[in-house]
Formats: sequence, structure tokens, C-alpha cells
Amino acid sequence: MRHLGALAALAFWLLLASGTLLYILLDTSVQGAWRSIAGLADWPLGLGDLLRGLHRYAADLFLLATLAHLLREWLAGHAGGVRRFAWLTGVPLLGFVFITGIGGFWLNWDQLGQYSAVSMAEWMDALPLLASPLSRNFLAVDQVSDRLFSLFVFVHLGVPLLMLFGLWFHIQRLTRAAVWPPKVVTLSVLAMLALLALAWPVRSHQAAQLDRVPDLLRLDWILLFVHPLVDATSAGFVWALVGLGTVLLFGLPFLPGTRRAPVARVDAANCNGCQRCFVDCPYAAVTMVPHPNQRIGRLLAVVDPDLCAACGLCAGACPSSTPFRSAQQLVTGIDMPQRPVDTLRQDLRQELQACRADFPLVVFGCDHGAQLAALAAPDVCRFSLLCTGQLPPSFVEYALRDGAAGVLVLACREGGCEFRFGERWTAERLAGQREPHLRGHVDARRVTLLHAGRGDEPEARQALQSLRLRVATLPRHEEPASTHHD
Amino acid sequence: MTELVSRSLPRSQAPTGPKAWIGQVVLYGLFAAAIGTFSQWPVYRHLASDQALVKVSFTRVGKPVGDCRKLSEAELAKLPPNMRTPTVCPRERSPILVQVDLDGKRVLERAAAPGGLSKDGASSIYERVVVPAGKHRVEVRISDDARARDKPFVREAQLELVPGQVLVVDFDPDRGGVSLQ
Repeated sequence: MRHLGALAALAFWLLLASGTLLYILLDTSVQGAWRSIAGLADWPLGLGDLLRGLHRYAADLFLLATLAHLLREWLAGHAGGVRRFAWLTGVPLLGFVFITGIGGFWLNWDQLGQYSAVSMAEWMDALPLLASPLSRNFLAVDQVSDRLFSLFVFVHLGVPLLMLFGLWFHIQRLTRAAVWPPKVVTLSVLAMLALLALAWPVRSHQAAQLDRVPDLLRLDWILLFVHPLVDATSAGFVWALVGLGTVLLFGLPFLPGTRRAPVARVDAANCNGCQRCFVDCPYAAVTMVPHPNQRIGRLLAVVDPDLCAACGLCAGACPSSTPFRSAQQLVTGIDMPQRPVDTLRQDLRQELQACRADFPLVVFGCDHGAQLAALAAPDVCRFSLLCTGQLPPSFVEYALRDGAAGVLVLACREGGCEFRFGERWTAERLAGQREPHLRGHVDARRVTLLHAGRGDEPEARQALQSLRLRVATLPRHEEPASTHHD
Repeated sequence: MTELVSRSLPRSQAPTGPKAWIGQVVLYGLFAAAIGTFSQWPVYRHLASDQALVKVSFTRVGKPVGDCRKLSEAELAKLPPNMRTPTVCPRERSPILVQVDLDGKRVLERAAAPGGLSKDGASSIYERVVVPAGKHRVEVRISDDARARDKPFVREAQLELVPGQVLVVDFDPDRGGVSLQ
């Protein structure tokens, strides 16, 4: 489910590749189009069927994946707020997918293409836009000219180019946008479509005959459902549906919803310009500018409030967020006003001091993952962050030095982070693969990282119990939390 | 590098080995079957097997709604010298009226209004009438002149429409008026 956008992109790349080959083979004339495409069925080894089937089924997949991606993002509450731009630039892409998909049937110019082209023209004519009905272009055989085919080609090839441009806008405010699904998903989907193309080949109907109404049609209900819908209701009704749907989709981001959370705030005195927040921000909300202290080469992070999703990943990335600093108040280079690292340090200290258990356990989780309330126990100190990625890894060491016998870090399921990369950055920081990293001398037996999302509380409890049993067998460490001097 | 005691739920909970492969194959297979099925099935019949289609369509400019008239000397004098044309004609065009009877029964009656803000553009029409296949007497009357509605262009014909046939009714006054193709 989390790869739906990338899956749609994969279908798009596949369509571009197979479409380029098909366009080379297509005779773009009224007389030759049908013959050139129908002739693919005669290719040896089913290669023609493979090419044509891949193109058709990838188009179906493209639409389904795009719709599912849209639905998932809406259900996840991603229509508004900082993601409004991606939503608003994504909605037109859905229209492009439909237009391109439907236009592809016309190029073939068989009876299905004829039915689709005539139905689409009749549906368009319901709008009072043109002086002369479009449908008149399909009245008689001699009225469909090669020039009309140029229009078909424009629709089917030009719109995807617009779509490519739109896609670029769509992912503008994302860093490391996934335009390819993971390799295993990519290969599986390719294999699935190839097998489908060979097992259930796409074949042309009879060539178009404008003096005849097409008879039984093997309709692609996924892409062409709009035509039977118009037949069953009316052109006006379907236009009303489309209009309503468009208004709804574009209006969703503007519906009153949750208030926008306060965005990250930079403290110039504590920002050393290391760029870690700039690198880790999933929404490109952090940029680096020359530091106002005039020191040559020194940089300062700047947060764009319009782009900031208030995830706190930047605070987790900031080297100044280490709790070992001796300052009375821990002010870090970049922080979240609603849950500053100083508060986290104070709360951690207080709760560990107040905990009377022999082996106190600390659990760091996040507001969007497994619910920490399910882990309540006398020996457990729980801390919910905006995202687990907000946790500076040094807090794990700090907790252990301050009396915790073990630390459980709960990140969302892999790829399931509300803020895209929180679970990934957390895992990499704790494993020492990303800065700032958890120091190597920390006893790994006392630390558990669990990828557990909402609903995975039983597994989180199980992991906590395993940690509880494990640390009870380990020798006590009496070392108090040390501090660095600022 | 710190070797954490870490677990990933999706991996630890997901079945492994043959079970995982079978599960994946089944899931991808179901998805493929859904795409393959609805990509070509169920077959769709746009028109019943015993029906034919009559399409009435044309784009024509109707006759002016009124006659041209000569301006009087007094009227001409009121006009600027460069606009003193002796006759003026109404700009507005007549709506084109269409009537189609099938076996004596009216199946279509429409007035195609002229286009343009000044109603001086062409009148366009595109209408579909589904009719039973078989022998029919077709009578089409089209009037493009509001001043002579009692003298329409008329075309009558005895036709046999086979199932699925498309009969196109066109109108071109310069080519004899109504045509059936």
C-alpha cells in the first residue's frame, strides 16, 4: 500500500517504453492504423501480444494505482496542511491518466476505438463549447481523415508529456521522491503484467466502420467505463458527476481540519550549519543560508513554514540536541516548539528518578505509531514524540546512563512513517549508519528497535517483555549520566 | 557500528519460505486476474441486436430572419457619409427547424438556434434516434427560413435499415437540401 505512488510511476514508465515501440510500429493513417496494430497478433513467440498487452494492462494498472494512491493519501489525512501542494498538483494528473488512457483506444481505430471516439465526442458535445459538434467528425467514413489521426496522436502522446511535467510539480516539495517501487515489487509487477499479456492477449476488434454501430465490444471497463455510464444515464449527469468530483477533490485541502502544528524553529546561536537537518528533512523545508555571525563559510538553517510538516526529524538530526550538554536549559540548533528536546530531557530525568523499579525501562515512540498507553507498567517510562525520528540517538545513551536498564525505541513499520523517513532515519542513526549516530560503546543488549505501527501494540508489549527479561540478566551499570560542557 | 537488538514486524511476522512465495503469487495473480477480467469482460452491446441508428446532423447558416429594405433619403442623411448603404439587411439568421417522421410517427423535432452573440452564426445539430431495424418510410422536413416555414426542404424515402446500420440525415441547400446516407 505504501508504494502506490511509485507503482503508478512504474506503470507510467512502462507505458512510455512500450508506447514508444508501439508508436514506431503504428501506421498513423486511417487506413493503416488498424492493420498495423492488429498485425501484432501475428508476431512469432507472442512478442506482439506481449508488447500490446503490456501497454494495455500497464494503462489499467496506472489508473488503478493512481486512484488507490489518491484514496490512501486522503484516508491518511494527507490532503491538506503542508501536503496541500502535492494534493492539488496530483488531482489534475488523475484527469490526464483518463484522457491519455481513453485516447489510446482511438489510435487503434477498431470498433472499440470507434465506439470510444464517437461516445467521447458526443459526451463533449453536451458542453456548449464548440460551434460545431465534434461528433460530426465521425458521421461518415470519408469524414475521418489522417489529420484527425494527428489529433488522436496529440491526445495520446501530448497529454503524457504534460503529465510528466505535472508529475515533476507533484513531487517538487518532496526530497528523495520514490519514482520506482522497490526492486522486488518492480520485478513482480513486470512479471505479472507480462504473464497477463501472454495469457490473456489483447486483440483488436474488427476495423472501424462508421456506417455501422459497433456490435459486441470487449470493453475495458477500467478505462472506458465512462461511455456506458453516459449511455445508461445522460451526458449531463456524467458531466455533473465529473464537476462535483473535481470540486470535491480540489476543495478537500481547504476543508476545516486539524490546526497546523507549530513548525520547526532555528536558534542561530546553537546552529553550527552542519546541514544534517537540511539533508534529513523529508519535505525540503530546510535551506541553508550564510550565518549572520559573518564567519566565512558558516551556514545557518532556515525553515520555510509553508513546507514544514512539523515532524521534528530535524531536531533529531541536530548535533546540538544531545542531552549530555550541561546547560540548564537545553537549547538546540533546530527544535519543535510544541515538544522541545529540553522538555524531553527534563521529563526523562524526572520519570527515571521517580521510577522505583529495579530495572526501569524507557520507551520512545511516536504519536502516529504504536500507542504507548498499551505499554503502561510500573517499570516503564514512556515518551511519545512527534515522530520517532525526532529522537536524537544520544537520548538512548543518556537514558541508560541515567538509570534505565533498557530502552525500547518504537518506530513505525518500515515505509509506513507518517513523515516518510522517520523510521528509516531512526534505524540508521541507531545503527551508526547515519549522523548523528548512537555511540558504539552503548550496550546493544539494552536497546531494542521495533518497527511497530498503530495496531501493533501486542508486538510492542512482547518486545518490551523480551527486553525486560533480557536486561534482568545483565549486570547492573551504576554509571550516572555524564554531561559535556557547552 | 552498534549492533542493535532490533526487529522489524513486517519481516518477523510475514511468512517465509514457500508460504511467502505462494502468498505473493496468489496476491499478484488475483490482482492480475482482476485487471485481465475487467479489461475485456463483460462484453458490452451499445445497441440492441434488432435496432438501427438514425443520426441527424448538419451545420448550416439559416436564411436571414427578415427581408432587406431600402433606406429612405432621410434615414440615409442621418448616417455618416461612409455608412450610407442604400439597403440594410437583418443580421440575425433563422433557426433551422428539423422534423423526422418514421412510418408517419414523429421521432424527432428540433429547432437549431443560430450561433453567435448576434445570432448570425451557423445552426448546428447532432441528434441520435434509435429505431427498430427493418423497412421504414422516412420523411424529413427541414426549414431554414423563418419567412417561409410553409416551404421546407422535404425528403421522403422507403428504406430498409439492417440491424446496427447508421443512417445519416444531412442538410445542404446548395446540394438539393436533405440527403440520406
